[in-house]
Amino acid sequence: MISKILEVKGKAIQVRGNDIDTDEIIPARYMRTITFDTLGKFAFYDVRFDSNGQPKKHSFNEDKYLGANILLVNKNFGCGSSREHAPQALMRHGVKAIIGESFAEIFAGNCQMLGIPCVTTTKENIEKLQNYSEKNAEEKVLINIENSEVSFGEEKIKISISEERRKSLIDGSWDTLGLLINNLEKTKEKAKELPYLNFL
Amino acid sequence: MKKNLFNKVWKLHEVQKLPNGESQLFIGTHLLHEVTSPQAFSMLREKKLKVAFPNRTFATVDHIIPTINRSRPFKDELAEEMMQAIEKNTSEFGVTFFNPETGKQGVIHVIAPELGLIQPGMLVACGDSHTSTHGAFGAIAFGIGTSQIRDVLASQCISMKKPKVKKIKVTGSLKKGVFAKDVALKIIQELGVKGGLGFAYEYCGQVFEEMSIEERMTVCNMTIEGGARAGYVNPDEKTFVYLKNREYVPKENFEKLVEFWKSIASDSDAEYDDVYLIDGSAIEPMVTWGINPGQTTSVTKKIPLIDSLPENERKTALDAFDYTGFKEGESMLGKKIDVAFIGSCTNGRISDLREAANLIKGKKVSENVRALAVPGSQQVKKQAEEEGLDKIFEEAGFEWRDAGCSMCLAMNPDKLIGREICASSSNRNFKGRQGSPTGRTILMSPAMVAVSAIEGKIVDVRDYL
Repeated sequence: MISKILEVKGKAIQVRGNDIDTDEIIPARYMRTITFDTLGKFAFYDVRFDSNGQPKKHSFNEDKYLGANILLVNKNFGCGSSREHAPQALMRHGVKAIIGESFAEIFAGNCQMLGIPCVTTTKENIEKLQNYSEKNAEEKVLINIENSEVSFGEEKIKISISEERRKSLIDGSWDTLGLLINNLEKTKEKAKELPYLNFL
Repeated sequence: MKKNLFNKVWKLHEVQKLPNGESQLFIGTHLLHEVTSPQAFSMLREKKLKVAFPNRTFATVDHIIPTINRSRPFKDELAEEMMQAIEKNTSEFGVTFFNPETGKQGVIHVIAPELGLIQPGMLVACGDSHTSTHGAFGAIAFGIGTSQIRDVLASQCISMKKPKVKKIKVTGSLKKGVFAKDVALKIIQELGVKGGLGFAYEYCGQVFEEMSIEERMTVCNMTIEGGARAGYVNPDEKTFVYLKNREYVPKENFEKLVEFWKSIASDSDAEYDDVYLIDGSAIEPMVTWGINPGQTTSVTKKIPLIDSLPENERKTALDAFDYTGFKEGESMLGKKIDVAFIGSCTNGRISDLREAANLIKGKKVSENVRALAVPGSQQVKKQAEEEGLDKIFEEAGFEWRDAGCSMCLAMNPDKLIGREICASSSNRNFKGRQGSPTGRTILMSPAMVAVSAIEGKIVDVRDYL
């Protein structure tokens, strides 16, 4: 199944702060499961709820952002663990794309594998976007992957994503499995070339 | 000539360029654990795929396994379900599983090296960010997500764009009481938790030449905390000596392998995208004061004043003070601790346990402190017991546990309670990391944890040598 991702459109929600780690996105205790099915409701759990399960102040708890699918973040978002549970939790909560100043690499790679574009832009642009969505939560934001642009209100800003990832999203090859298993013969040839496998 | 190890290993493992421009890379050794793999096996079943190279994947159980009362079924039903899943998945797909009955179970990043599964020039992947540990052997090792685990199982390959390479040279010799962990924390303090984005790190210089393989593992392990996806040390005689006679290292062709290992090291005139220098002789014992491993200070210095920090670090520092209750300008020395944890993939090896045991011998853990010593593997545990280290820990008042990730990340019964403060030899001080949403972690070397456990507060290990 090829699904091309040319654009993502929807309400945006901001989670402010640098270095938001994967333990914050999905606390480890909710990863004691053999599927990803249950993770959506635990996204940001410990910063959303206190020890009695009472809601704390967090954008994910605000009614005005219900149904938002574009996440707006700052620097080094998703740092820490390699757990795909983090993007899975966000995806199952409804997130379809993330715009940030920068991303931790394993996190961004995991998002890409799920067809969630992680695109970057400047600090000033992120601030503009975050302020916009805070004031105009009902308004839609459009990420155009093909043109590397984001439109909101009257504004248009440039975004960046690696050329490799942009291409994969556009041609629908972001899930790499198909590409990799098609090359099994070449892979076997490669295995034969590796000195450390030949001495076994 | 002029090539660094990273680029040589990349080229050696590149199957081809993919249409999107990324490289298809062959994974020489694939490591698995129970947390990030079950969904990958489910995807294989859904698509009716087999494991392409079952003899190149090796599994163990570490995150969820209790370090005490390990009889089956586990008390925690969710943990039991995960254990059963990895048993079923590995047996059904023909993957070697080092379960507790083998005597070789432990934290994946501790057991793989001790079994000889990691060798210079290998490309290694594992669904765990601390896979960077294996760079200590001059291997290139990447943490990957679950969809990529599925890819490796089905094809033995991943798709990736080549990062740049930064050489980090740590000159001079470490002073007494300063350990590999302090070097790791110093590097992250200097370069920041985002400093490594887009890079692999080559660690070199006299400090690394003088380090044991286990010490190199500690620094490579923390690479990911600095944002770099992989970090490595060039292989040398110490590497070859470590590997000789390990279970998975070929005996017959060992000399030929050593030739290959030597050839894969960075050329003396190798080029790098960036170079960074650190004076190793100036490094002091380090402790963290915040909520990420870059929020660190030398133990004798004060927590930085907000105004002294770069502007883009101030908000995270304020968040940290809000969470920890620590204040700018305070000293970490003398902070009372409730828990002491020695273990993890960062510092759960035999040399770590020896160092700590040496410092607590004949002493008693402060009565206000709950102290845990958790060997990184069953083999480490066995070795430690042969040396009598278990007795030293127990007589001092430490609990001596079975092998696992334990209190590093609290997916098992070992957790902080409430606002407890833990002096920890692990790798992350994120909010809630050790199992209590309000618990506080102070990262440091195992030696620092040991002396702090005795005193019931953060002290400087150099005063106890």
